[in-house]
Amino acid sequence: MSIISVRDLVVEYDGRRVLDRVTLDIEPGEITVLLGGSGSGKSTLLRQILGLERPKSGSVVIKGTDITRCSQADLAKVRRSIGVAFQSAALFNSLTLEDNVALNLREHTALAPSIIDLIVWMKLAVVGLAEFGKFHPQELSGGMKKRAAFARALALDPQILVLDEPSAGLDPIVAAELDELILFLKETFHITALVVTHEMDSAFRIADRIAMLFNGRCHAVGTKDEIRASQDPRVKQFLNRIPDNAVHAPAIAAYLERYVQGQEINL
Amino acid sequence: MPNALEITGRGTLGYLDYIGSLSIQWWATVRGMRAALPLVGNRHRWRSAVHQIFEIGFAAMPMVMLLAMCSGFILAMQGASELRRFGALHFVIDLVAVGFTRELGPLITAIAVSGRSGSAFAAEIGTMKVTEEIDVLKIMAFDPVEFVLAPKYLAALVAVPCLSIVSNFFGILAGGLFMFFSTHLGLPLYFRYVLHSIELRDVLAGLIKTVAFATIIAQVGCLEGLRVRGGPDAVGRSTTTAVVRSTFLVIVADAVFTAIFYFVGKT
Repeated sequence: MSIISVRDLVVEYDGRRVLDRVTLDIEPGEITVLLGGSGSGKSTLLRQILGLERPKSGSVVIKGTDITRCSQADLAKVRRSIGVAFQSAALFNSLTLEDNVALNLREHTALAPSIIDLIVWMKLAVVGLAEFGKFHPQELSGGMKKRAAFARALALDPQILVLDEPSAGLDPIVAAELDELILFLKETFHITALVVTHEMDSAFRIADRIAMLFNGRCHAVGTKDEIRASQDPRVKQFLNRIPDNAVHAPAIAAYLERYVQGQEINL
Repeated sequence: MPNALEITGRGTLGYLDYIGSLSIQWWATVRGMRAALPLVGNRHRWRSAVHQIFEIGFAAMPMVMLLAMCSGFILAMQGASELRRFGALHFVIDLVAVGFTRELGPLITAIAVSGRSGSAFAAEIGTMKVTEEIDVLKIMAFDPVEFVLAPKYLAALVAVPCLSIVSNFFGILAGGLFMFFSTHLGLPLYFRYVLHSIELRDVLAGLIKTVAFATIIAQVGCLEGLRVRGGPDAVGRSTTTAVVRSTFLVIVADAVFTAIFYFVGKT
């Protein structure tokens, strides 16, 4: 049984359809990578899966609870089993890294402060920030903030991890380390991860399955080998980085030449 | 081109929508405020409320004291210049004492708190909105109303009446200093006259107003913060709007309460 099941999800903003009958199943213990160009609906789908917005129609069932129709109490229960790291990190700027990671533990568990301190140290150590616990987010680099957000997402040992562009803006070594960390969590704790990324190397390194969104629709879903072997023109275009409207250099040169010669230009 | 009727209709609907949003948010905050209370609530929220009380109350005290002293002098001098012609200079004491307790103390406090804390609420919550911290709170299964709004509202309900009492004292003290320098009336005697001229209902009327002002300032500041869409410029606009709207609503509420107390007092 799927741990996350999205069925016929339709989302509209001011009459503009952003997600059009998206259907996607995410199996427990799998890493699913969500690919798609800008404006394809990835972030919207992520917000729906996190219960931040209500869809026009369709359902999002997480661990047997339809979060589009459930009560706030049930939604809160589901959310406690999900760890999220946003693309912008979204750390609480008024708190230190330690407090950012400890917040969930202090509020949602009855653990003793000494145990919480130990867990916080471990989570920060996992992402290589054990020495930076007393720092505030604004004192860290972009990459460190992302890793701290990752540590905060892991605080309650969630069953599901949602990562929005985890390696964007990171140097290749740190990005590769995060990939290894995701794989380690999957193998050791059987964690389920949904990762949105544009980094092809990262996607094909960590993914068990890849889903590709295009124009608000789930265009292709399959294992990485299936996606790699796909003959679908959109999938091929995305994987091979072929632009939609290729810049035509000779046409521009001809235009400039006519412009310099003072000829009439009909656009 | 919209006609006058359309513009009026749209404006009215906009105001009704705003008042409706304020009312809904107020009710949600009242329901969430139990979490911020000492003993029965969550100790983290209570700690946050205490921090806010210091921010709204103690930090604003020098400014409120100075404003009250200046206003007390102005009121006493303006009153004296007219009353002296009728040989009724001693009525300056009644003017300052009753004027400050019923009216000027609460109003000056509200304007100072609106400028300092109302704008700070809007900026803080607006920034949290822009940096997705509010979304993170929801995903971490926290209720943003209980987590962010309730401690601020509770703090305003405690701090504004306290500041108003301070404002009353310093405004009346300024009147006493004026009387001392102009008529050599000693301060102990001046304060005895003050206590003679104000009644308990004057004090209660002032305190009821401060509770209403605190509600307006906290709710408008928080609502403007939560309505932020976009980037840092939107945060800047929200702080300005918070100050303008809360000051306007404070004066409207003051007029309404004064009218009510006037007619109740007559009967």
